[in-house]
Amino acid sequence: MCLGIPGKIMELQEQSSPLMGKVDFGGVIKSVCMTYVPEAKVGDYCLVHVGFAISLMNEEEAIETLTLISEIASMDN
Amino acid sequence: MKYIDEYRDPNRVNTLIKEIQTTIRKPWVLMEICGGQTHAFLHHGLDMMLPNILELVHGPGCPVCVTPLEQIDRALAISILPDVIFTTYGDMLRVPGSSHDLFSVRASGGDVRIVYSPLEAITIAEANPLRQVVFFAIGFETTAPANAMAILQAKEKKLKNFSVIVSHVCVPPAMEAILGSKSNRVNAFLAAGNVCSVMGYHQYPAIAKKYKVPIIVTGFEPVDLLRGVLLAIQQLESGQSRVENAYQRSVTFDGNRLAQETIYSVFQPVDRKWRGIGSIPLSGWGLRTEFSAYDAETRFSVENITTKESSLCIAGQILQGLKKPTQCTAYNKQCTPQTPLGAPMVSAEGACAAYYHYHQGV
Repeated sequence: MCLGIPGKIMELQEQSSPLMGKVDFGGVIKSVCMTYVPEAKVGDYCLVHVGFAISLMNEEEAIETLTLISEIASMDN
Repeated sequence: MKYIDEYRDPNRVNTLIKEIQTTIRKPWVLMEICGGQTHAFLHHGLDMMLPNILELVHGPGCPVCVTPLEQIDRALAISILPDVIFTTYGDMLRVPGSSHDLFSVRASGGDVRIVYSPLEAITIAEANPLRQVVFFAIGFETTAPANAMAILQAKEKKLKNFSVIVSHVCVPPAMEAILGSKSNRVNAFLAAGNVCSVMGYHQYPAIAKKYKVPIIVTGFEPVDLLRGVLLAIQQLESGQSRVENAYQRSVTFDGNRLAQETIYSVFQPVDRKWRGIGSIPLSGWGLRTEFSAYDAETRFSVENITTKESSLCIAGQILQGLKKPTQCTAYNKQCTPQTPLGAPMVSAEGACAAYYHYHQGV
């Protein structure tokens, strides 16, 4: 229930209330409520819990995390 | 899959393990709050790769595990009432009540349905206007935005046949209860990245300061978990106790304001009993007065509930990080996923289930 899984937003149903969308989880497409991430765009990745997107993945921050780990690796070498 | 594969990369995992090994000097006890993280640690075998002097203990972040027995028994009593369609997240089905579980209610003909999202319970209520649809609204801060929205939808659609059993719990009061206990062993916390995606982490600096514990907001993939461990160890070894965010791609300091506003429009803080642990002041959410018409526990008067907990199960101590599943005398003997004595043995977030599945029952 509580495992947050990121998925790619494939479709936003702008007319729906609450706002719904289709999200691709590695090939499994689910209907997801997007009402808490109104700034979402098709192609964004979101974290989904019990059928609701609760956050959008921040690509810059994701790269920053991986860069920090690369720096640790290069210091060790 | 983007945002997953790169955080399961073996080279990055090895880099972090090596860094943890060279950083750690003293024995420390680290608690991951979230049962999803417990399962991820054991599923990926990370617990076996970490230094022996680092002890991982598993926290209370398993919502079905801490849902009080009284409420489960009341849910069981409601689920067998005629004309009731009882809807629940799948995790709840095998959780033992005093005498049986929802799965056995369904097996004996009760209309118990698993829903993936609480909005499905709304759809079921719309499709069955002559029947009462009850939703078991449990969970931590992660499910609260969804459960709150279902109640708002019921109101907007003027559904008269929809109600909820609310058993919401919150992480920060549980952390304080653990840290304030005389038997506390926890030196640092990995805070749940999913909970913080909703709530942010503005509630944590006061806890870190008061109890002098590092708190690291941590995600769910191997690289995320190990980075959380590394940051915690770095702080512990240098005598620091700050809040750090190691799940920046999803979590901000303030969290999802829109979701929080919706939660607080439907729910209000209440004292909550945690199964096996006891009552913790203002540790949960209950329905606000203006939504009391949707309270299934008053709509269906279910009385004469007598609870009976297993005398062998030590789930409460496991959920507080005081004992490990393998220290329970019933573990993998009287208590297995097929014959559970306590909820942690059946939940996808339960520590006992994690040990049983990933440590081959030893």
